[in-house]
Amino acid sequence: VLAEQDSAAAQQYVRQGCPTALRADLWALILNISNQPEDILYYEQLKSNVIQHDLLVDSLIYKDVKLTASNDDYYFVFEDYLYQVLLCFSRDTSVLEHFSYSSATPPKSYIQGKLGMEEYAVFYPPNVNYNSFILSVAPLCFLYHEPSKLYQIFREMYVRFFFRLHSISSHPSGIVSLCLLFETLLQTHLPQLFYHLREIGAQPLRISFKWMVRAFSGYLATDQLLLLWDRILGYNSLEILAVLAAAVFAFRAVNLMEVTSLAAAE
Amino acid sequence: FRIMAGKVKWVTDIEKSVLINNFEKRGWIQVSENEDWNFYWMSVQTIRNVFSVETGYRLSDDQIVNHFPNHYELTRKDLMVKNIKRYRKELEKEGSPLAEKDENGKYIYLDFVPVTFMLPADYNLFVEEFRKNPSSTWIMKPCGKAQGKGIFLINKLSQIKKWSRDSKTSSFVSQSSKEAYVISLYINNPLLIGGKKFDLRLYVLVSTYRPLRCYMYKLGFCRFCTVKYTPSTSELDNMFVHLTNVAIQKHGDDYNHIHGGKWTVSNLRLYLESTRGKEVTNKLFDEIHWIIVQSLKAVAPVMNNDKHCFECYGYDIIIDDKLKPWLIEVNASPSLTSSTANDRILKYNLINDTLNIAVPNGEIPDCKWNKSPPKEVLGNYEVLYDEDMAQSDGPDRDLRSRSGPSTGVKGSRARDPGKPVLTTWK
Repeated sequence: VLAEQDSAAAQQYVRQGCPTALRADLWALILNISNQPEDILYYEQLKSNVIQHDLLVDSLIYKDVKLTASNDDYYFVFEDYLYQVLLCFSRDTSVLEHFSYSSATPPKSYIQGKLGMEEYAVFYPPNVNYNSFILSVAPLCFLYHEPSKLYQIFREMYVRFFFRLHSISSHPSGIVSLCLLFETLLQTHLPQLFYHLREIGAQPLRISFKWMVRAFSGYLATDQLLLLWDRILGYNSLEILAVLAAAVFAFRAVNLMEVTSLAAAE
Repeated sequence: FRIMAGKVKWVTDIEKSVLINNFEKRGWIQVSENEDWNFYWMSVQTIRNVFSVETGYRLSDDQIVNHFPNHYELTRKDLMVKNIKRYRKELEKEGSPLAEKDENGKYIYLDFVPVTFMLPADYNLFVEEFRKNPSSTWIMKPCGKAQGKGIFLINKLSQIKKWSRDSKTSSFVSQSSKEAYVISLYINNPLLIGGKKFDLRLYVLVSTYRPLRCYMYKLGFCRFCTVKYTPSTSELDNMFVHLTNVAIQKHGDDYNHIHGGKWTVSNLRLYLESTRGKEVTNKLFDEIHWIIVQSLKAVAPVMNNDKHCFECYGYDIIIDDKLKPWLIEVNASPSLTSSTANDRILKYNLINDTLNIAVPNGEIPDCKWNKSPPKEVLGNYEVLYDEDMAQSDGPDRDLRSRSGPSTGVKGSRARDPGKPVLTTWK
């Protein structure tokens, strides 16, 4: 598949999960990332923007990375890469293209002293929930060690999939639909468990929401997480997150039937 | 005629919970050094006394200790290098294919220790080498210390004037082994992950040297520096950039107590497979296994293979950016302190599996046993090399079977360890 550089075939292939050595290339193929010189140049430009202009979000990013990735057994190693990617991302106006098919409008601001001048406008990515961002980038660090390629892969993953987890929409892969799908699956297949958990005040969605909104990053070992994301790319949908969440409940159904509180359920 | 079998009686002079908890969970009985004991987990100072000529006591068949009497042949930096150099020369003399060299005179299969000299003994040899490459960086390490103590980097001859034999100050430098240093070519191109330098800590259990039987613990870890790596000469003094010892890093501003700067070897594997490919990753790990076995073979002939002994070593390995592993040193007493929760679990299990192999069935030992534990008790250990098995069947049945020169088995056949004169193996 790689020799043919066939993107559609790659997508079919990864539905079964990728072998670790091929994953980086297969994903790049599916996402149409080829790391051309102009891409690298674009990234370098973003980097220089970072150096030239500080944004207030930078502090937020810094703080959030310190709170999440720096404490994580798997991802602490990539702390510096995470800063790089996220700081550049917050200045990347090309991300705005996706707003043509999203219902949110991004907040706009201007570089200090240049209020009103459009060319100095800076757009913030929607929903400044950096924890989720950070944990969406971190697993990718296991696959791509060149910052510019890492950046592009992340950006593409974000605009294709992850942004749907952070904004309200009616899209079947949007977080709202995922929640609905999860609850429906649980109710249909494990009605007793669903009822029991609700009775004890441990609404299942309260537990599984954070898994889904982070695409399970931080909750699964990295090698398994990557296998999960293989399927997201393969099926071009986030629905698997809801399915996995429901499956986790099914897997633990016996134990869960015996708990009596939300804390115990967690 | 044996006294009625009872519980194993243990002593230790290392007060670490990962040890004591393991003894207690087996229902073993704690006794003092002066009483009859079966199992003594000693510090390296104590083993010196036990086997010393003056005070040495004779161990009986139901007593086991956790060090070989002259482990320092492997675990002192200068002796390790001496033994490896000697081993290589011997293989070369007997025409072994293992000792093959390339067109630059470098050993193809046995070049796994950075160029090293003893100071002050080899000072002049060192200067000669230094001058061939005056922009190189070298690392000075005291022979008898641990935990990164006393280590520093140099890039100018003037920085080690003290060790020059001709120096006027040399008479003040004690020639005793405490002041001896080794100087090695510094690996200034370590593989970096996330921009940081790291090394590998692997645990290897040796139950006997002749025949060589060793096990590798599957759960090793990487120790990362907290500061990004730079080969810049302005940072040669910054130990947080260069030395991976936890004892040093934990004093850094960015040291984190949750993960302790440690990564599992399986994370390393996943990262390397994903970014570099499966083949080169497998080759790297095979090479790592190879150099561990070669280092043990190098010291096997000089080791006192006392039947009362076993030893669990901490191997320190650095990988460079060409994915070549380098043996930095071997520790006889790897730290049993736990820096994080995961660390505690790992070390607890390490001791558990070690005891299961060294003290079969957790019963009072009999040193006449054949030291061949059944596969089920290995736990997280894997057989790294078993000389008996390697001799008896052609294809290697252990971790080395995937690579390494196929002549490896024949290489061991040609040697008769223990005798200074080479005889053919019968």
